[in-house]
Formats: sequence, C-alpha cells, structure tokens
Amino acid sequence: MNQKLTLPPDGLERLFEVLKERGFTVVGPTVREGAIVYDRLASPADLPRGITDEQDGGVYRLKPRADGALFGYVVGPQSWKRFLDPPVKRLWRAERDGADFKIVPEEPDQETFAFLGVRSCEIHAMAIQDRVFTGGEHKDPGYEARRRSAFIIAVQCTVAGGTCFCVSMNTGPRSESGFDIALTEIVDAERHLFVVEAGSPRGREILAALDTRPAEADEMAEAEKRIAKAAAQMGRTLDTEGVHDLLMQNPEHPRWGEVAGRCLSCANCTMVCPTCFCSTVEDVTDISGDHAERWQKQDSCFTMDFSYLHGGSVRASTRSRYRQWLTHKLATWIDQFGESGCTGCGRCITWCPVAIDLTEEVAAIRANPPAGAESIKKGKP
Amino acid sequence: MARKRKPKLAVWKFASCDGCQLSLLDCEDELLAIAGAVEIAYFPEATRTRLKGPYDLSLVEGSITTPEDAARIHHIRRASKTLVTIGACATSGGIQALRNFRDVKDFVSIVYAEPSYIDTLEQSTPIAEHVAVDFELRGCPINKAQLVEVIAAFLAGRRPNTPEHSTCIECKRRGTVCVMVAAGTPCLGPVTHAGCGGLCPAYGRGCYGCFGPMEAPNTQAMSGAWKALGASEDEVMRVFRSYNAWSAPFRAESEAHEKEE
Repeated sequence: MNQKLTLPPDGLERLFEVLKERGFTVVGPTVREGAIVYDRLASPADLPRGITDEQDGGVYRLKPRADGALFGYVVGPQSWKRFLDPPVKRLWRAERDGADFKIVPEEPDQETFAFLGVRSCEIHAMAIQDRVFTGGEHKDPGYEARRRSAFIIAVQCTVAGGTCFCVSMNTGPRSESGFDIALTEIVDAERHLFVVEAGSPRGREILAALDTRPAEADEMAEAEKRIAKAAAQMGRTLDTEGVHDLLMQNPEHPRWGEVAGRCLSCANCTMVCPTCFCSTVEDVTDISGDHAERWQKQDSCFTMDFSYLHGGSVRASTRSRYRQWLTHKLATWIDQFGESGCTGCGRCITWCPVAIDLTEEVAAIRANPPAGAESIKKGKP
Repeated sequence: MARKRKPKLAVWKFASCDGCQLSLLDCEDELLAIAGAVEIAYFPEATRTRLKGPYDLSLVEGSITTPEDAARIHHIRRASKTLVTIGACATSGGIQALRNFRDVKDFVSIVYAEPSYIDTLEQSTPIAEHVAVDFELRGCPINKAQLVEVIAAFLAGRRPNTPEHSTCIECKRRGTVCVMVAAGTPCLGPVTHAGCGGLCPAYGRGCYGCFGPMEAPNTQAMSGAWKALGASEDEVMRVFRSYNAWSAPFRAESEAHEKEE
C-alpha cells in the first residue's frame, strides 16, 4: 500500500513549481462569473479559498466558508472534457492547388495539462470517455494524446453537494485509482494540511520533490472521517437496481410526455455532462473558395440536426429526445460500453434551467410502471 | 477558380433600421474579398451604381409595411435567382410588428400631424409571408460572421452553417457560466435561436432573444422559469414582445400573458 504523507498548504506552491518545471500547464478550480470553473492557474492563489457552493435543481450559488478551505466545494458547470475534448476544434484545412486541393493537417497540441482538484466522479467520467474515444477501432488521436500526457491530481471530496449522487453510481466520493496524486484536505481551527498519496510512478516522483512528511495516524483517520462524511451527505440518490430494463421496457411510459412538457430542449444537461461526447462537424469555405476548413463542435442529442436524416429529424419531439438521452445515459450505454454513462456528479440537475432531475424521472417511472412490470418495480432482475 | 462571370449581388431595404445591411459594410477584412467575388449590382447604402437584374443573390432587409413594398418585393423576387432575408425585420416583422397587436390607425392618429398622408398596411410582416424565400438569416442585428458564411456558402453552392439550436449551446461551448442558474438572472437563451455566440450572458446579462425562436422552443416552460425567478406576467409578456414579437412561438407566448383590457 502507498505510504500516506502530509503536505502543508504552502506545499501547493512547490507543487505548482514542480509541475511547471516539468512542462505542465496547471488547470484547476477558480472563481469566475459566480461559479467555480476550471481554468489555467498561475499559482495556488488562484484557487477558491474559503468558498463553497450550494446546489439544487436549477440553482448554483457560491457562499463563503469560514475555514479557508481550498477545496471545500464540489463540481461546477465545467468538467475536464473541456480540456481533453475541446468543445470547438479545427480538424484540418484544405487549400486549392490548381484543379486539385491539398489537406493541411492540424498541428498537434503543444500543451500538456496537470489537472488539479479532480474529483472521484470526474476520474470515472474520464475512464468512461476513454472507452468512447480510445476503446474502439476508431480512436480520437487528439484526445488520446491529451489524456495520456495529463497529470491527474485528485482531491478527495470532504463535502457533498445538493445534487450529488456518486454513492448511488458507485463512483465516489473516494478516488481509489486513476490519479497520479490524491489529496485529502483537512482544515479546522488548529491545522490546515493535506494527506497525500501517490497513485502512479509519475505521482511518486513528483511527491518526492515536495516537502512532505509521513502522515500521522490521526491525520489519516481524520481524512477518512471527512470522506465518510461526504458519502453520508449525498443530496440525491438513484436506485440503479434493474434500471437498464426499467427504462428499456418503458418507452411509452406517460412520464416521458410529462417531462417533455417541462423540458426546454436547450441541451444544457448534455453540455455540462462529463461523459456526453457527441460532436458535429462543419465544413466551411471562405469567400475566395480557395480555402476550406473542417471544424468539430460539441453537439447534443437535444438538437433537431442531431438526428437529421434525409427528409427530417428522426427524433422530432422533445419527448423522444429526452427519452433518447436518459435511456442512453443509464441503459443503452451499458449495452454499448459495458458500464453506465452516469457518474452521479449532478451537473445535469444543477444546470438545467428548469430543474429537471433525472433521479426524480427514474423514480417516477419506477414508482408507476405499466402492468406486467412488477419485477422491475421491486428492483428484481 | 476563375468564374465565367461574377455573381451579381443586390441588397434591398424594406422597413428597417439599415443595421443589418450595414453589417455587410462592417465586414472589414472580408469586404474586399466579397467585392472581389461578386459584382455589387445594387446596394444604395454603399454605391450609386445601379445595375439591372436579374440578380444572382438578393439580400433583403426589412419587413413589409406598405402597399408599395408589398408589390415591390414581388418584383425583387422575380429578378432574383436566390433571395436571402437578413435580420429580425425581414424574418419575423421586426420591432415595428408591435403595431400588429393593436389597431394601426390609433397609432397613426397619435404620431402623425397629418394622418391622411400615411398609407400603411395593418401589419408589419416578414418577407416570407409575401414571397418564397430561399434562406433566412436571423438576428437583430445579424451576426456579420454569419453573413459572410451565408455569402461564402452561396458562392460555393453549399448549405450555410447557421444552426437553429438554442443559444445555451453557444454559451456552453464558449465557457460562459449560466446566468440563470448561477445568478438567478432571467434569460431567453433556452428558447432563442443561436447565432450571436452567446453575447449577453458572456457579459452577465440574460438573453433578449434577438435571434428569435430556436427550432423547438418550449416558451411555456421558459415563462414558468421566468416567473419562478420573480418576473411578473407583464414582464413575461413584454420579453417575448420585442424584435421577434410576430414570430409565431413568441407571439403566442406573449398573448398568453397579456391581460384583458
């Protein structure tokens, strides 16, 4: 087992220096526009100190917290997919060459990222996207390169948010693997420190360059206590027992029509989801007609164009689009990739302008299944 | 590629503020390329040259508000191979369509010293209610990058990339934090057609709906969310009754919140 170490908060300064010396761009949480977003950080001073977030369906507010914690909040509107799978990117350019044309490939990214403050649900989200982008026959080379080089510094959640349900999805709150370093913040009247552990040889190498000491038994116990507290604080729960069959056997459940009456079809849920991976491609030409470019843009199954085949959209109603999203996320994702597409991060609940809550929708379908579906109601196979 | 003949471009004005056609002159870097790629055959805002039709591409700004204009648009349609309407006036009737909700004669008698000089239609209506339109470019005003895209697409014979989804998608791609969720600021973004790039929320303001209704606007749910954030019935009525007031979804929603007089 990894030896646990203790790092004082000013040890983060050194962590930034060590990462920069090794060529990493540090990306982590910072306050902007009334929310905690992920952005490039110059130093630990950019972290949200003494700030927490209150979240509920359609509501997100920052609040002060007296203890000066640096990671005393949960996940915000963005996720790391913004950096691993940028929402707008040029794939290639083409230039006219007489009667022919030549393709000009994009230069590979020069930036390698160190992600600071990655939560357990987010590590699971990255693993889910890994399967999508690199698990099959057709890999996304840009994603693969960015992901492989990224250095992951996990932060164990010591507080849960109002829309969190990682415990239901078995994705947190503790990060067990998938990180290079994991930090657990302990902050109270007497002390402010991080219990740290390495999760990879790279992580051990970085930790060796920091000013750490072996963690005391009471520090490790306190770290565990705080993670357990977060686990007990989940704002939401989702009964996943038999959820695949529950949704697949209820395509005509009246609840789909009911939720469609509230759904704006605005796509916010899919844009904030850390596992939603859909994109569209736009080919553009300039006025001269001598230059063309192909752009890839983050897309959503809530747009009409998404299911546009010859003659029109296959999923023309909001009912069909919401059903498509939820059944893919919780059911057909399992058929496709062998696991659920949901990590229980709660973003789709918080950032829905009309507070549609997938945990409520699933519960409503489960509470009132059509006749003949009793076994699913009880959660039996 | 050497073209046999440059396509002839015409820019026409109906009831409007000229802002949308000015965005063509505002294209700056691309303007010379446009002038090089097309023959500007009719564009009184830019040149006294007036070449006869037919025109390969007509850009039409403004709404139909007078009997003369209702006739003139048919002549333009007949002289145009491709007719593209630009801006909220041409695509939905514009801010001047507010008169459609009242008796225009009442306004005329209040506004003009000699109402008898005024010859106007009862309603301000979009171009597509009068003639067939090949493409509608939304916005009040239009986004000049989208105008360049429409012209470039026309020249290449391809479909323009002007998605009809919500403005929310543009905000999220841009990285803007949702003003509705994080600040409780009412915003029309979820029911509004993309195109501006999510301009207002990027500056902490809610969306005003300048680009009109998106492809599948749930205006009723939108109004419910506005009221939950404290907007009154009157405010909800007014927010749907702006530049795109006469577009069918916004019109129906504003009427649902209009008090009986």
